[in-house]
Amino acid sequence: MISQFFVLSQRGDHIVFRDYRGEVPKGSAEIFFRKVKFWNDDEAEEAPPVFNVDGVNYIHVKVAGLFFVVTTMVNVSPSLLLELLQRIARVTKDYLGVLNEDSLRKNFILVYELLDEVIDFGYPQTTSTEVLKSYIFNEPIMVDAGRLPPLGPAAMFMQGTKRMPGTAVTKSVVATEPGGKKREEIFVDIIERISVTFSSSGYILTSEIDGTIQMKSYLTGNPEIRLALNEDLSIGRTGSSTFDYRSSSGGGAVILDDCNFHESVQLDSFDIDRTLHLIPPDGEFAVMNYRITQEFKPPFHVTALIEEAGPSRAEVLLKIRADFSANVTANTIIVQMPVPSYTMRASFELEAGAIGQTTDFKEGSRRLEWSLKKIVGGSEHTLRAKLTFSQESHGNLTKEAGPVNMNFTIPMYNTSKLQVRYLQIAKKSKAYNPYRWVRYVTQANSYVARL
Amino acid sequence: MAPTVPSPAKSASPSQPSGKSEVTDLKQQLRQLAGSRAPDADDQRRDVFKRVISCMTAGIDVSAAFGEMVLCSATSDVVLKKMCYLYVGVHARNHPDLALLTINFLQRDCRDQDPTIRGLALRSLCSLRVPNLVEYLVAPLATGLKDPSAYVRMIAAVGAAKLYHIAATSCLDAELPAALKALMLSDPDAQVSFHSTNNDEIVLQLSSTHYLCIYLNCLICNCRIKEFSEWAQCLVLELASKFLPSDNNEIFDIMNLLEDRLQHANGAVVLATIKVFLHLTMSMTDVHQQVYERIKAPLLTLVGAGSPEQSYSVLCHLHLLVMRAPMLFSSDYKRFYCQFSDPSYVKKLKLEMLTAIANESNTYEIVTELCEYAGNVDVPIARESIRAVGKIALQQYDVNAIVDRLLQFLEMDRDYVTAETLVLVKDLLRKYPQWSHDCIAVVGNISSKNIQEPKGKAALIWMLGEYSQDMHDAPYILESLVENWEEEHSPEVRLHLLTAVMKCFFKRPPETQMALGATLAAGLSDTHQDVHDRALFYYRLLQYDPAVAERVVNPPKQAVSVFADTQSSEIKDRIFDEFNSLSVVYQKPSYMFTDKEHRGPFEYSEDLSNLTVGAETSEKVISAQRYQENDNDLLLSTSDKEDIGTAASNGSASTYNAPSDLIGPSLLSSQTPSETSLINPGGPTYSSQSNFSLDDLLGLGVPEAPAAPPAPALTLNSKPVLDPGTFQKKWGQLALSLSQECSLSPQGAASLMNPQSLIRHMQSNYIQCIASGGQPPNYKFFFYAQKDGATAFFLVECIVNTASAKAQVKIKADDGTAAEAFSALFQSALSNFGLS
Repeated sequence: MISQFFVLSQRGDHIVFRDYRGEVPKGSAEIFFRKVKFWNDDEAEEAPPVFNVDGVNYIHVKVAGLFFVVTTMVNVSPSLLLELLQRIARVTKDYLGVLNEDSLRKNFILVYELLDEVIDFGYPQTTSTEVLKSYIFNEPIMVDAGRLPPLGPAAMFMQGTKRMPGTAVTKSVVATEPGGKKREEIFVDIIERISVTFSSSGYILTSEIDGTIQMKSYLTGNPEIRLALNEDLSIGRTGSSTFDYRSSSGGGAVILDDCNFHESVQLDSFDIDRTLHLIPPDGEFAVMNYRITQEFKPPFHVTALIEEAGPSRAEVLLKIRADFSANVTANTIIVQMPVPSYTMRASFELEAGAIGQTTDFKEGSRRLEWSLKKIVGGSEHTLRAKLTFSQESHGNLTKEAGPVNMNFTIPMYNTSKLQVRYLQIAKKSKAYNPYRWVRYVTQANSYVARL
Repeated sequence: MAPTVPSPAKSASPSQPSGKSEVTDLKQQLRQLAGSRAPDADDQRRDVFKRVISCMTAGIDVSAAFGEMVLCSATSDVVLKKMCYLYVGVHARNHPDLALLTINFLQRDCRDQDPTIRGLALRSLCSLRVPNLVEYLVAPLATGLKDPSAYVRMIAAVGAAKLYHIAATSCLDAELPAALKALMLSDPDAQVSFHSTNNDEIVLQLSSTHYLCIYLNCLICNCRIKEFSEWAQCLVLELASKFLPSDNNEIFDIMNLLEDRLQHANGAVVLATIKVFLHLTMSMTDVHQQVYERIKAPLLTLVGAGSPEQSYSVLCHLHLLVMRAPMLFSSDYKRFYCQFSDPSYVKKLKLEMLTAIANESNTYEIVTELCEYAGNVDVPIARESIRAVGKIALQQYDVNAIVDRLLQFLEMDRDYVTAETLVLVKDLLRKYPQWSHDCIAVVGNISSKNIQEPKGKAALIWMLGEYSQDMHDAPYILESLVENWEEEHSPEVRLHLLTAVMKCFFKRPPETQMALGATLAAGLSDTHQDVHDRALFYYRLLQYDPAVAERVVNPPKQAVSVFADTQSSEIKDRIFDEFNSLSVVYQKPSYMFTDKEHRGPFEYSEDLSNLTVGAETSEKVISAQRYQENDNDLLLSTSDKEDIGTAASNGSASTYNAPSDLIGPSLLSSQTPSETSLINPGGPTYSSQSNFSLDDLLGLGVPEAPAAPPAPALTLNSKPVLDPGTFQKKWGQLALSLSQECSLSPQGAASLMNPQSLIRHMQSNYIQCIASGGQPPNYKFFFYAQKDGATAFFLVECIVNTASAKAQVKIKADDGTAAEAFSALFQSALSNFGLS
């Protein structure tokens, strides 16, 4: 099983290093780091998460800019180790509130303590934040979450909604509030990552939603929770991808292709009333993951044009239309477009009165970058750019440029129309009324428009 | 009264150790703190301990402070204790003498009132990994296994495995396995029960209970699996996948019980469940296919959920399944389109999958998508995409549209796109010569000066030579290429140029004659050995007889129907058997990347490994014999030890006697080539020795080469040497050359009372036995032989049934062409058995 576990910083420093079986030769962390840094230098490829050097298998995940690595000599299940690494990162985050190099360095003794209980003799024991609580004696040393650069799902709620206390999700499960009293609250996040590819004529070629219902509970006494989803939600009829596009009007029911659930979820009444029963364990976890290939209305319509304008010049036109209601605002939008490799210069022309928009020509990677702080629903934005080439363009410009890729986050918007109808907390007294946060967010996973 | 401590604040941050001098400093501070009873002494100790561990993490050798750490360990503070245990665990192995110091306090802690302390101490005690301290371990372990606290019992169960790891005998002497078994069967706590079963080392040791354990496991998992933690579930499911129930109802029961595991959010659980399903239904084709249909959706969901790393692993498994049954995934092709955010290792997998699932119904869409990637900014992926289009073209019947697309790539006018496309067009023409006209028209327009990459250039030159009669300019293009011979650095291109000019010469002699002379001259003076040799060869061939030369260079070609697969089906099957393991990610069976000892006790075992093999130690023989006693169904088992002894000594004898062999009987069999031709007067009339080397030079694939000499009667090396490990490796790697049934003489069948008689008989025919086993009427043998004067081996698996006097023979050969001859030899030897 697992021979060693270690966490390395971006510069390759050991932050935590634990050897469980003493069978891997010395210097494995250095070998790993060198291999990852210089995987395939000339082709600029990223190292795969699993590789073998001299008979030692290195399995790693990248979390918050850190490498979480295990080594093993045995032919084990890679999924088991990758899941475990991800879970170790999550448990650590549950305890430290924030997971980054700084918090990890300050709390490395606590992490050793956790590791002692999580893995013994190379076998995973438990990764339940709750079970671990009784064996952890170190108090977490908090780092200031305010200064942190926005990272991951926790951060994306901060700007979008004012009613949300920004630090709520960066709270440790074990730390007590300054007042000595713990705030009773529960967070349910519906996070959807969408992938859309538009053809050059603007048609949708492929579309997919990968969704997850994430929960983080700070409720004392672990009360039972009922989470009700859309009543007309239907699941399955897999294998017939032609079938999925039947209800293209999009007005109808939500059809999930498939989904899976956290082990704490009881599905007894799910088939009848689409309600999930669960006793949420402490810490953050995914209640349910789902996948939708049913057609949906994409939040943005993207048009991109590139045209020759003289012997060694071209003009680019990028247009984005936000196809959602005006009370929703998308933020941190980045539009990227690769341009022909012989492009020397690019000059940009933003629309009149543009606020919070920046443009850039990345010479190294030969791409235009257009970022917008926010886009209000219903609005439309355009960017014009003039390209100057170092040589005469030959043939078809559209084959040498593009595709356009877009990145964005839309808080309080969900593409699939999957809803949490209600979130019920079974509880003893009437006075008990914990805070319930149900939040939706849509993110671009791969949002591509071809030229 | 407390001595003042030099301020620990001296080092800025506890996690940023400064260097070597720090260790001495820390040592001093620890010594001062050791006896301190100051109220804040524990806090100060925590600080110093923290710094020690931080140094340790950074790789600084802090073992010098061992004594001081132990002195400070007498504390009731749990945090301090844990740090101390951690320190001791890391350093004990390198300082066994100092480790003795810690035994005392660890043993004392093992008797603490608090179960947490008891557990911690026991765990640390077992983690010391110091062989000569084992005696102190046994008693606490035995007590620990009976501890009232489940936490301690669990730690003790894992501890027993640790003990077994360093000192198996003391673990067994203390009868810990029996205690574990009891825990496994009856412990109320699922976690404890799990960790008792999971001691695979111990379970394996008790080989008599091996199958029992697995069986129990299945029972346990059926009713208890949901109580296990998800990690335990994975490991139990892994065990369950080794278990094949006897009747189908049981299979369906297990599958129904595990069905909901496919909906688990943890990908590892889902994959482990899928492995169970796939292995259970191996023999039921229709159900097996249903399983594929069932697991498709959960796998695709896992690819979408989770981190990129997690989906990579799932995708690798999906890749394996797609490659096995592309038909079943052909409607899901859109799921394998590359996404913008995919890292290149994911994109590569997806491209391979798209290639595999392309069929009549989806080819158009897939190829259109792939063509989009060809213009991608990511050059390696663009290359892969073009290759994928070509591969699809090679596996389709209707390639009309694809050829057009490929030819369009050539118009894109990018170096790497053109180069890749040319290579593909070349392969395409080898398979579909009927397309030559369309392709040649386009290829002819490409200027060879625009192609930099050797592979692309070589492909273009090949086409120029092959189709020189259709390409008007071919001789002149070749001529200009020859003029630039010096600037061409790739030997591959030069070789192709030589051959192409030769081909062209025979098709259009007057136009090429000049160029040919220049080429041969350039080739003869080339510094690269291969280029020089080929030029010389052509030169002499032309000198000898131009008609022969034409037959050699321009033989009528047959279209290639199937391009060889890079991986043999046997290797693919091995990878499939190792589903849900690293083998799938690396796309290699485990024997290619792990040492034997680390392959895991539950490694998929092929029948070969159940046999005793000559070099195995007697200890293993005994355990293998136990196998036999306990499992009569197992056809194969050990031959007796005595035989192995002789086999081993035979082996060594032949090695040592090698020199005398040279003048011994083997001289007879190692004839020189001239003698061979004397013996085979019907052979070719080669006039001189040099022709032989010419023939060699031609090497592969000249079907028109003057009639190949009839295979000389195969002679075997009388004393071949092959060690069992190599045998096993070869057996796994080589493809099956021949498989047939042959018969024994009735006398032979009758006299085959034990394997030895046949082994001796075959030995007299220079066929050696490496392993054998079985009970009447079934025997199984693994034989090997070596072609005399060559390194090529023949490997044979022979299953003899004495009742029917028949034998199933499977032959694998390093040199497949000689397999037929060897088979005849083997059969005649076998049928002679008992007659002499």
